[in-house]
Amino acid sequence: MSVCGNGGDLRQVDLRAEFASAGIGEILDRLDRELIGLVPVKTRIREIASLLLVERVREKYSLSSGPPTLHMSFTGNPGTGKTTVALRMAGILHKLGFVRRGHVVSVTRDDLVGQYIGHTAPKTKEILKRAMGGVLFIDEAYYLFRPENERDYGQEAIEILLQVMENQREDLVVILAGYADRMDKFFSSNPGIRSRIAHHIDFPDYTDPELLKIAEILLSQQNYHLSDAGRTALIEYIGIRRTQPYFSNARSIRNALDRARLRQANRILETGGVLTLDALSTIDGEDIRASRVFKDALQIRAEL
Amino acid sequence: MRVTQGCFSFLPDLTDAQITAQVQYCLDNGWAVNLEFTDDPHPRNTFWEMWGQPMFDLKDAAGIMAELAACRSALGEKYIRLTGFDSTHGWESVKISFLVNRPKSEEGYQLLRQEGAGRRIRYTTRPYATDLPQGRRYR
Repeated sequence: MSVCGNGGDLRQVDLRAEFASAGIGEILDRLDRELIGLVPVKTRIREIASLLLVERVREKYSLSSGPPTLHMSFTGNPGTGKTTVALRMAGILHKLGFVRRGHVVSVTRDDLVGQYIGHTAPKTKEILKRAMGGVLFIDEAYYLFRPENERDYGQEAIEILLQVMENQREDLVVILAGYADRMDKFFSSNPGIRSRIAHHIDFPDYTDPELLKIAEILLSQQNYHLSDAGRTALIEYIGIRRTQPYFSNARSIRNALDRARLRQANRILETGGVLTLDALSTIDGEDIRASRVFKDALQIRAEL
Repeated sequence: MRVTQGCFSFLPDLTDAQITAQVQYCLDNGWAVNLEFTDDPHPRNTFWEMWGQPMFDLKDAAGIMAELAACRSALGEKYIRLTGFDSTHGWESVKISFLVNRPKSEEGYQLLRQEGAGRRIRYTTRPYATDLPQGRRYR
C-alpha cells in the first residue's frame, strides 16, 4: 500500500546512526590528525567513505545491485604518502565491510612477473590468493608493462590481474600506485585497466610548512625535538633541498632527520662528559647545517 | 559404497559455504591449507597427490575456494581432500583433513580371503577402482 502520490518509499533510515555504528568516523578523524596536508586526498577519501556508507545502507534495503567497483589508482611524486594512505584505506574498507580481513599485501613488479615462460601465472595467482579478503597494493605499477619488449611477461600478469579485478570484486580491492606521468602512459596503453578503476586520486606535493610539521611529528615519535636554531636550519634546509635533484618530499625529510640524529650523537659524544637528558634528545642547528645540501648550495652559488 | 575418511565423513557432504567456514577456521589458526587428490581410495593410501603448491600466508578463504573450483573442474571425478597443516615447531603435522569431492559412483571394496596353513584365513580389502591402471579409474 502506498501512501505517497508518486509511489515513493517513505521508510526512514538514520544515516548518522549508520555512520556511528560503522566506526569510520574515528578512522577518518585519525587520517585528518595524523596525515599532514593532502587536502584533496582526504576530501576524496571522505567522499568514497560516504558513498560506501550509503551503498551499504542501500544494500540493507536491497536497493543496490552487486558490489561496487573499489579499485583505485594513487598517483603522485615520491614520498607523498601513497603507501600510508593505502594502509588507511584498507582500514576504512574493512570497517565498512567491503573487504573481509582488511590486510594489505604490498607488491612490486618482481612479485608478480616471472622470469621464464609459465612462471608468471602461478606467481601472480599466488599473490592474488594472498591478497584475497584485503587490499592488493601494487607499487610502481607502470613497470608491469614494458612496451619496448614484446616478449615481456608483464602483459600476462596484467591479464590475470584484470580477470580477477573484474570477476572477484567482492574478494579483493586493487590499488595501483606510481608517479603521475608514467601512470598516465601505463593507462593509455592498457585501457582495460583504466576502465576498471573507479577512483583516480592524485597526491599533491607537500608545501614547506607541511614538511616542517611532518619533521616535527617524526622527531616527536622518536622522542627528539628541535632547538630554535635547529628549526630555523631545517626550514632553510627544506627550501634548498627542494631545488636539488632526487627530492622526494617526506622521505627526503625522514632521511635528513636520520642523518641529523647521527651527527647529533657524534657531537654529544665528542663534547663528552655529563649532559642533561634534554641535550640528549635535542637536534641543534649545527646537526642540520653540517649537511651536504648546504655545501652544495654554497658551491652552486659560488659557481654562479 | 561411500568412502568415509577424515573429518565430517559421516555427515552429508559439506556445502561450499560450510567448506569456506572450515577453511577460514584453518587460516585463522595460521595453518597452511592444501588440496590433494587421488583415484585410489584405499584407507591405507596416504600418498595423495597435491594440487598446486601448499598455500602459506593466506588470510581469506576466497583464494582457496577458487583453487578448489579449479581442481574440481579438472578432476571432478576424483577424490579431493583438503588438509590444514600446522607448521608450529613441535607440531609440524596435518591437523585437519576432510573430503571435499568424490566421484559420482563409488564402486567400493572387494573382501579378499587368503587361506593359510591349517585352517587360518587372512582377510584384506581391495578397491574395485584399482583394477584399472592409474589415470583410467573413475572416468
